[in-house]
Amino acid sequence: MEKEFRTLSTTAILGYGFPLESFESGLAKQPDLIAADAGSTDPGPYYLGAGVSFTDRNSVKRDLKLMLLAGKSRKIPVIVGTAGGSGAEPHLEWCLDIVREIAQEEKISLRVALIHAEFDKNMILEEWKAGRVKSLEPAPELTEEAILSSEHIVGQMGIEPFIKALELDCDLILAGRSYDPAVFAALPVKLGFDRGLALHLGKILECAAICASPGSGSDCIFGTLGTDWFELEALSPKRKCTTTSVAAHTLYEKSNPYLLPGPGGMLDLRGCSFTDVGNGKVRVKGSKFVPAPKYTIKLEGTHCVGYRTISIAGTRDPIMIREIDATVTAVKERVADNFRDQKWDYHLNFILYGKDGVMGALEPERNNIRSHELGIVIEAVAETQKLADTVCAFARSTMLHYGYPGRIATAGNLAFPFSPSDFHAGPVYEFSVYHLLECDDPVKPFRIETIEL
Amino acid sequence: MQTRLIDLAEVIRSKNSGPYELTMDILFRTEEDFKRVAAAGVISVDSVCQMYKITPDKVVGILEFPPARAIKITIRRPLCSGDLGETDVYGAQQHAPLLNLTFDLPE
Repeated sequence: MEKEFRTLSTTAILGYGFPLESFESGLAKQPDLIAADAGSTDPGPYYLGAGVSFTDRNSVKRDLKLMLLAGKSRKIPVIVGTAGGSGAEPHLEWCLDIVREIAQEEKISLRVALIHAEFDKNMILEEWKAGRVKSLEPAPELTEEAILSSEHIVGQMGIEPFIKALELDCDLILAGRSYDPAVFAALPVKLGFDRGLALHLGKILECAAICASPGSGSDCIFGTLGTDWFELEALSPKRKCTTTSVAAHTLYEKSNPYLLPGPGGMLDLRGCSFTDVGNGKVRVKGSKFVPAPKYTIKLEGTHCVGYRTISIAGTRDPIMIREIDATVTAVKERVADNFRDQKWDYHLNFILYGKDGVMGALEPERNNIRSHELGIVIEAVAETQKLADTVCAFARSTMLHYGYPGRIATAGNLAFPFSPSDFHAGPVYEFSVYHLLECDDPVKPFRIETIEL
Repeated sequence: MQTRLIDLAEVIRSKNSGPYELTMDILFRTEEDFKRVAAAGVISVDSVCQMYKITPDKVVGILEFPPARAIKITIRRPLCSGDLGETDVYGAQQHAPLLNLTFDLPE
């Protein structure tokens, strides 16, 4: 009989949840691996920089507990990548703490392989000086300042560190920042399955049931890998995989669906076919992995650019709405003038919902207000939280009482939904590093340790 | 007669493709409509520039993907995701101009 490898992917992001019924259907199919990706850069630069997860602790614990108990009792390895959402040291530690709690509460012993993915800034600086860090178009060229100012720099590990960790015979592999498909592809590749097919399958499994119709990021999906094919099937009766839903997923969040670069090479899907084989299963063939001449690891880093305070308000006055641009300009000028003796460096911005608030520069109907009301977010970012508070509060009070031309309502220009009207949004981060690091050994930069719980 | 893209597509969506790019997918209901729209070249660098008020150098690529009956547009984000001035961190609400696209299709 042909050799097959079966994978249960539980959820698109650890903590997004999954129905117990789907999970049990998946377990009934005798998986060889239970895995989930736990991260994304989609929520923006804050989470990597601040060292916090964008997923909720209780939700992550719920998902992880079910996966660990099932894995432990059935002796199936559990693999989680990009722990804590961003996969730097604090994220990995956060997730390990949840695992520790589960082990204690459920009274189970767990052997955990921890794979670290945070990079030393000075090491990156040396590599950059040696010309081994390349720009990833259209990211700007790296600078010494960008490297050293970064709060955390992580590298996306490929399948190799996982393969190494799999030799340690652990119940759980918990990894820092990982190339999303790696958690699914490492074990089958180790067992001799085709790397191109395993990675392409991993690319689809990492988003769980988003590849089904109707799609869902909080439902399980099942993948079976054969010699020269793989199949996907949904585990909930509510959805099924179709050739279109699976093919469409190949497009998702990618610039080019045919050539997908990753650690160590390119996934070439130009010769791919998607076939409906009945029973809600879709079979994929023809995915190829083309090794790159040099192995590269994608680096991500973010740095703090200040602290943010915001104020939320609205206006329902048609004259104020007509005069909104002049009002915003006048308020900005008044703030600058009032504190002109201070050498303050701040960013004061007004997001106007109802007037290009969602699309900004890309809005084709710019300056065309059709709403009877506008939502206003006043945003101040400055060197300290206190200074951001000052700028935001002064802009808010100035806007509240500003005498725009034609004004009839002289008691106040803004409707505040909340008291207090101003809110701390804390430190603000921007991406500082989004580059490729050349490396000779894809395992070495990622330290692996085993922990007995 | 003018055809509306929204009448032929079952999915029109936008999302970040990494923090520097924004990618839009149009998935057609039928193979025939996909082929007709693709052949007519209505989704072009020109039409994308017009829809998003951008210059051609900001268009990263326009690709057809027949297995999903899809046309994909990728453009550079005006800002890196989350930079000061951001309006849509995930890039998930930048598809709207495509909903209004109308064009002539040869019979």
